[in-house]
Amino acid sequence: MGLTGKDNEFDVIIVGGGITGAGTARDCALRGLKVLLVERHDLATGATGRNHGLLHSGARYAVTDRESAEECIKENMILRKIARHCVEETEGLFITLPEDDLAYQAKFVESCLAAGINAEIIDPKEALKMEPSANPDIIGAVKVPDGAVDPFRLTSANIIDAKLHGAKVLVYSEVTSLIKEGDTVQGVEVFNHITKQKERYYAPVTVNAGGIWGQHIAELAGVKINMFPAKGALLIFGHRVNNVVLNRCRKPANADILVPGDTICLIGTTSSRIPFEECDNMYVTPDEVDVLLQEGEKLAPSLASTRILRAYAGVRPLVATDDDPSGRNISRGIVLLDHETRDGVKGFVSITGGKLMTYRLMAEWAADLVCKKLSVQQSCITMHTPLPGSEKENIDEISQKTWTKPGTTHKATVGRHGARALNIGLNDEYDASLVCECEEVSVGEVRYAINELDVHNLVDLRRRTRVGMGTCQGELCACRAAGMLADAHKCTERAKTDLQNFVNERWKGMYPVCWGDTLRESEYSQWIYSGVCGLEGSETGKTE
Amino acid sequence: MKFDTVIIGGGLAGLVCGIRLQKAGKKCAIVSAGQSAMHFSSGTFDLLGRLPDGTGVNAPLEALKNLPENHPYSLLGEDTVRKYTEEIPAFLEECGIRVSGDASANTWRITPTGERKSSWLTLGDFTALKSKDEKIGSKALIVNILGYLDFNTKFLADSFEKQGTECRIVAIKLDEMERLRKNPSEMRATNIARVMDRDGVWEKAAEQVKSMIKDEDVVVLPAVFGLKDYTVVDRMREAIGIRTVFVATMPPSVPGIRSQMSLTAEFERAGGRFLKGDAVVDAEFDENGHVKSVGTQNFGNIRLYADNFVLASGSFFSKGLIATPDKIFEPVFGVDLSYPEGRDQWFDRNFWNRQNYISYGAKVSKFLHASIEGKPIANLYAIGSLLAGSNTLYEGCGGGIALITALAAADSILEK
Repeated sequence: MGLTGKDNEFDVIIVGGGITGAGTARDCALRGLKVLLVERHDLATGATGRNHGLLHSGARYAVTDRESAEECIKENMILRKIARHCVEETEGLFITLPEDDLAYQAKFVESCLAAGINAEIIDPKEALKMEPSANPDIIGAVKVPDGAVDPFRLTSANIIDAKLHGAKVLVYSEVTSLIKEGDTVQGVEVFNHITKQKERYYAPVTVNAGGIWGQHIAELAGVKINMFPAKGALLIFGHRVNNVVLNRCRKPANADILVPGDTICLIGTTSSRIPFEECDNMYVTPDEVDVLLQEGEKLAPSLASTRILRAYAGVRPLVATDDDPSGRNISRGIVLLDHETRDGVKGFVSITGGKLMTYRLMAEWAADLVCKKLSVQQSCITMHTPLPGSEKENIDEISQKTWTKPGTTHKATVGRHGARALNIGLNDEYDASLVCECEEVSVGEVRYAINELDVHNLVDLRRRTRVGMGTCQGELCACRAAGMLADAHKCTERAKTDLQNFVNERWKGMYPVCWGDTLRESEYSQWIYSGVCGLEGSETGKTE
Repeated sequence: MKFDTVIIGGGLAGLVCGIRLQKAGKKCAIVSAGQSAMHFSSGTFDLLGRLPDGTGVNAPLEALKNLPENHPYSLLGEDTVRKYTEEIPAFLEECGIRVSGDASANTWRITPTGERKSSWLTLGDFTALKSKDEKIGSKALIVNILGYLDFNTKFLADSFEKQGTECRIVAIKLDEMERLRKNPSEMRATNIARVMDRDGVWEKAAEQVKSMIKDEDVVVLPAVFGLKDYTVVDRMREAIGIRTVFVATMPPSVPGIRSQMSLTAEFERAGGRFLKGDAVVDAEFDENGHVKSVGTQNFGNIRLYADNFVLASGSFFSKGLIATPDKIFEPVFGVDLSYPEGRDQWFDRNFWNRQNYISYGAKVSKFLHASIEGKPIANLYAIGSLLAGSNTLYEGCGGGIALITALAAADSILEK
């Protein structure tokens, strides 16, 4: 398509730069549509970047929600192929503790098998060999094809591919109103927070992929979606205690999943309804931290003595089904709303509900509806088209190509960017200098991210490269990276404010767990930034 | 092993206390776990930069009277603090640490990000500015070492330009540094200083800098010279020929480490035992409740006995204080601390606001005696950043408290 040559006219506008929006943009672009994606913050800042990073096998939902379980296992197998550089094939265990009912195990395995999930009961001793950190008191264990997935990488890869297929991506561009002509949505008006300009973009179809914030987008179109924000808190531990995903074999409850990811591991989640106004400003309470620790130690006792790096919380975009606006009947499945048939508003579609695992399927559904509306006869190919970075070789082969001298740094880089790492300059020693020692992020990788991956500030950079995500939480690397950003963006004042924001953003995850080594690290950060550097907070020093 | 005094903690406070005692003929041991806050020194010692209510302080001695009564300075009294501030510069010079400044008026230092922060004593490497917005020159040549990321030239230039100094940023490249660069994590201050300190290398650096000067009247360099002593710092200045301003880098701090080494050497030269890489694990009390001995990790069954013990173990970072989800404690003696229950009171949700936990620490008498379960221990002293009563970061008084309480505790022991 793309019949019009005008810069502000598109076939489809996607609102929201989470994984759903990124996936939908990619799917539509692969089908030849001229795509615009607008995101009010950075990519993956909402629920996408605030979950376990669990590549669900679907086993967790097998007993209670067969449909979700089936979707999960199908998507699980697809992501292992198309997003291999974002996925770690760890396997998962559902363990039964003495306090749990072992009878649940049989029902669990039966439900898994019925949903197509390869669940296998194994001897607890064998399970402990497979995952030595698991609670040695377990009385039962089931092996399932769980894994870990990096949501930041996954989003980034979808965006890269969308752009390779002509999509335009605008970050820090907030939709302020929908352009409507009668009962038809014709486009969006956005406020660009970087240029401070209002801009108007037009398309025959606009897709609302705003997650929990999609309720507000819908309101702008004059339609009502009943969302129920459910807050989930998680803790990140300072190193990788487990190599296999650990779940409790019981009805889903608080803090019963421990997922390894890169250099760390994560326990979660809690679940509590919160008022809509709190979605943009959540903090983790001491009670939530206590529950997560208490339950986490039951899965892996060594968590009791493992340093906690951060606490954070995300919001699940739960949607009340249309026939029950009271919210009692909440769907956890995918919700695709054609507002033309539902509300009489043409040119407007909402894709919501669902989960990280099913983002590709959500995108497929949304793109199918967009194509139908545009009378485009192109079918979805994302289920067998690898994402950029995952095309061919395995990680070892790529790392051999990227640099003549194999080392942990470029392995880490290839791990983050897959085959795209070939585009990263790592060829001289200057480029190979480390900006972030904890996560082994080099000057070359930082420069690549600034130039190629829509990085506007240090927090964006962290999402693309893991700068500042390691044990020191950005003590020195933040200042180094700020210097590089000042260079790239030719604006020192902005880089300094950015550094203050970044340090504050890291602190936001640390104060809920501020004791032991985390408090020591914080005190050191205080000495460096408030003491040695003499930086003071300003109004702009607040978190996003 | 028997000593007159055993000091726990080998940072600024512990070393200064030990040097004073050892030079007065007391046999001392310092148990030091490792690096101290001096390793990331700002290049200055502060006395008092701000009152707890936020008022800026220009004349620290005059402002002492406005401090709360549990502040370490208030416990010692204005006269005592004044007396020590007069004595400290000479004390440090004797240890091989050059300082300038006096306690009647604060000066200003340039921070690694180009801010200006008030200070009392400035290490010989650095430039003490008379006012917060003093220009360092009309045209500055800011020189980095190629590939060194802990010296933020852009931030510095930005701040100098605001004061009307024109800036040009350049980088020198030395073959001798290339070997460092082979290892991606080696381009750090101390490693650079080790190479720079070699004869022949600093000369080349100075030559390159000199050749880059056009019409500038001041050169700005990262403080990565002179790990052992001031020789290379002086020679660089001399060779460059125009005003040369060294600016502190992000950690590690070369001048800070040098100062720490000078103090350690002075302590050992005076006959003190510096037990490096060791940690005190437990304490033994006699029937009167006085500390009798301490045990250390490395010495095992061989205990350290002494007449007096000084706790200079620092705050949380140095593990002088330990925080758990529901309490804070001092791990060696379990001395009485001052802090509120409920961890949500320990911090502010904005990093840049005053953080209360920094003011928590040991409660002491006016003679700096620590107490256990409300009972003062006559032969146990607490000094330095372990002390309660002051938010050292917010008030800008950590250096002064370390130096002054160290001398006060030593003199209190000597007067016994």
